[in-house]
Amino acid sequence: MKAGHKFLLGASIIVVSVILLITQGVRETGVYFLTPSELAAKTSADPSFYDVGLKMGAKVVPGSVRRDPSNRQIDFEVSDGVRTYPVTYRGLVPDTFTDANDIEVIVEGRLGRDGVFRATEVLAKCGSRYEAAAEGKQA
Amino acid sequence: MTLLGEFCLWLALLLSAWALVLGFSGRWQDRPDLTASVRGAVFATFGALAVAALSLWKGLASHDFNIEYVAAYTSRNLPDGYIISALWAGQKGSLLFWAVVLSLFGALAQLLTPRRYDALMPYVAAVTSAVVAFFVCTMLFAANPFERLAFTPADGRGLNPQLQNPGMMIHPPMLYLGYISITIPFAFAIAALLSRGLDSGWIHAIRKWTLVSWLFLSIGITLGMWWAYVELGWGGYWAWDPVENASLLPWLTMTAFLHSVMIQEKRGMLKRWNLGLILGTFLLSIFGTFITRSGVIASVHSFTQSNVGYFFLGFLVVCGILSFTLLYTRWPTLRAEVQLESVVSREAAFLFNNLLLVGVAFSVLWGTLFPILSELVRGSKITVGPPFFNRVNVPLGLLLLALTGVGPLIAWRKASTSNLRRQFTGPVAAGVITAVGLLAAGVRGLYPVMALSLAGFVAGTIAQEFHRGVRARRRMHGESAPVAFGRLVARNRRRYGGYLVHAGVLIYFVAFSGMAFKREIEATLKPGDSATLKSPFGHTYTFTHVGVSQFEALNRIVSAATVQVAKDGKPQGLMSSEKRQHVDSFRRPTFEPSTEVAIRSNLQEDVYITYAGSIGGTEEAVYRFTINPLVWWVWFGGFVLAFGGLVTMWPGGGAVIPATAQRAPRPRLAEAGALTE
Repeated sequence: MKAGHKFLLGASIIVVSVILLITQGVRETGVYFLTPSELAAKTSADPSFYDVGLKMGAKVVPGSVRRDPSNRQIDFEVSDGVRTYPVTYRGLVPDTFTDANDIEVIVEGRLGRDGVFRATEVLAKCGSRYEAAAEGKQA
Repeated sequence: MTLLGEFCLWLALLLSAWALVLGFSGRWQDRPDLTASVRGAVFATFGALAVAALSLWKGLASHDFNIEYVAAYTSRNLPDGYIISALWAGQKGSLLFWAVVLSLFGALAQLLTPRRYDALMPYVAAVTSAVVAFFVCTMLFAANPFERLAFTPADGRGLNPQLQNPGMMIHPPMLYLGYISITIPFAFAIAALLSRGLDSGWIHAIRKWTLVSWLFLSIGITLGMWWAYVELGWGGYWAWDPVENASLLPWLTMTAFLHSVMIQEKRGMLKRWNLGLILGTFLLSIFGTFITRSGVIASVHSFTQSNVGYFFLGFLVVCGILSFTLLYTRWPTLRAEVQLESVVSREAAFLFNNLLLVGVAFSVLWGTLFPILSELVRGSKITVGPPFFNRVNVPLGLLLLALTGVGPLIAWRKASTSNLRRQFTGPVAAGVITAVGLLAAGVRGLYPVMALSLAGFVAGTIAQEFHRGVRARRRMHGESAPVAFGRLVARNRRRYGGYLVHAGVLIYFVAFSGMAFKREIEATLKPGDSATLKSPFGHTYTFTHVGVSQFEALNRIVSAATVQVAKDGKPQGLMSSEKRQHVDSFRRPTFEPSTEVAIRSNLQEDVYITYAGSIGGTEEAVYRFTINPLVWWVWFGGFVLAFGGLVTMWPGGGAVIPATAQRAPRPRLAEAGALTE
């Protein structure tokens, strides 16, 4: 085998493994990112969609936040104006998560059959005010 | 001042349009009379933009809150240092910062490039001026930093508290300098394509520039990790956020270029690939700016949504189409001078390294864009997060780490069996010993053990190179070991600086694998209560809650929660984490409260304490205690990497090889025992 062919063989092994890693990675770690109405549509079309890991982006319903600091539990409601879901979360929330108006959150977790969204992660973004410079990640 | 500033922006637009049109058309028709004024226009553009930047600074410093930008990013009680950094804290100001630095780089390229590349310079001026003109247009038509308000607020809103951090003063400009300086190699690549001067000349002309932008990007990314670690309080330094990924992408392709360009210099291969990498790196830097500024991808923190994004998207598409069409038209002239001789050679190792770096870049790009792509193709948004990026990039990264050790040792063209044995016996032994030692010490986990063993292997290769070089000098010149070491590096800066960069990279890998052993607990503590956490190095930490105190500082109201830390029963003193409510000069709260974490670092592990709040105004506090292993080594690795980069590009000492001398024997290298060159 000529050197060029051997190299092409090695190169195609690399290219194929990169593609395999990406497609497998997406299949096994990718999660839906839905609004509350999209989630409602999914669950009514496909009843097995409960208890599937997903992300939901919505606004916190003002005044709905109930904190139980002794066991770091937070219950609140999120809505996109059409559908509203109760969310329960145990853990520390970022500084930007407050009870004020217009707080956008991304909650990651599962919707239970009881209609309660159990979040494993809460990311908050203050729509009107967050003008960080170049950088950022979850607080 | 705003009048002067805005006037200067218009002036800069005219000047850069002048340089753009005359640079292209004059050089195209070979009319020196037309290109004569181009250099002057490039310098004048910088002058105009510098005056514009100074007038914005003047507005910031004089608290002229009638200027929208000043009111949005500063307040009367903001410390002076942050007045300076407010110039790049917001969308509009950072565009101005970008434009002024780019015009400075454009002017420096005209001044510093040796005379022998004169034929390229009108095109280079035209390309840099085109990019400057784009930024100035974006400011004038979408994000004018000199915009005035209809009224004058009594005080400004102040700077985002997370940006009130000394690291934040230098982190964005470093990253911007990296992004911006990529334009210069891009301009040279376009100039070479246009003038058909496609031998390796342009490669030499841009060597320093590619190193400069690689260095700035590296420093900027490391400082960004540091800022995320101390300021964002989630307990890590890298979250695969789209904005972080955007900074990594051009770094990866630039790193690939720095390696593949050596093959073009030595062997006349890979001309198309190298041009593609430079064009791609520039496009990725614009893409990164687009992601950061358009809000098109949900990053938790990014600039507010504005139509600036459309400007960048349009610019990205136009640049992409133009530059790759140009590359396509010159395709036949870019044939390689020689063929690959053996797959066991340095060329092949570098080629595989390039494929892997581009593969990593592609997967990061794919993962970042996946929410948009899936929505376009399948109609529903699917996101991928850190598990995806780790899964794909850890194995690719480990392969890259292995090649970091192989590349510099293996012979050019075709490695003989004796070359392989001579070069690799020691390093491979070092890797195996590391692996055995780790397993014996009870370290488990496939990836961390592999990463650390490969790091042992790479450390072996680097140590062997330095040892052989020093030994050869000592024999030949009778120098003492430190003198020989110093001269070895000073006389072969490019080579040994490169090894230092590799050492920095392997330190990074060691530090990253430490995070696989991170430990964390959350606890709600009354004063006197304590929580215990065992670290991966086997230490037992006890945190005893002392109390919560409230006080006022310069521009904030602080509640500080304090714990007494004990390590293996020995007291280590107090650590305080704070919640800060920033206020303006009328004591009105600005921004949401922010958390200031407490960090204590040593060579083994960091103690990282986050105060999450108190219960109902009592002193009962909620904490998160984290033990982060080996984090100190991330910053140290960044330092070594940057130092190595500086050594590589330091002027003189063989750092630049003139085009004419590149294939001539290099006595200095031979003298230093550079047997593998």
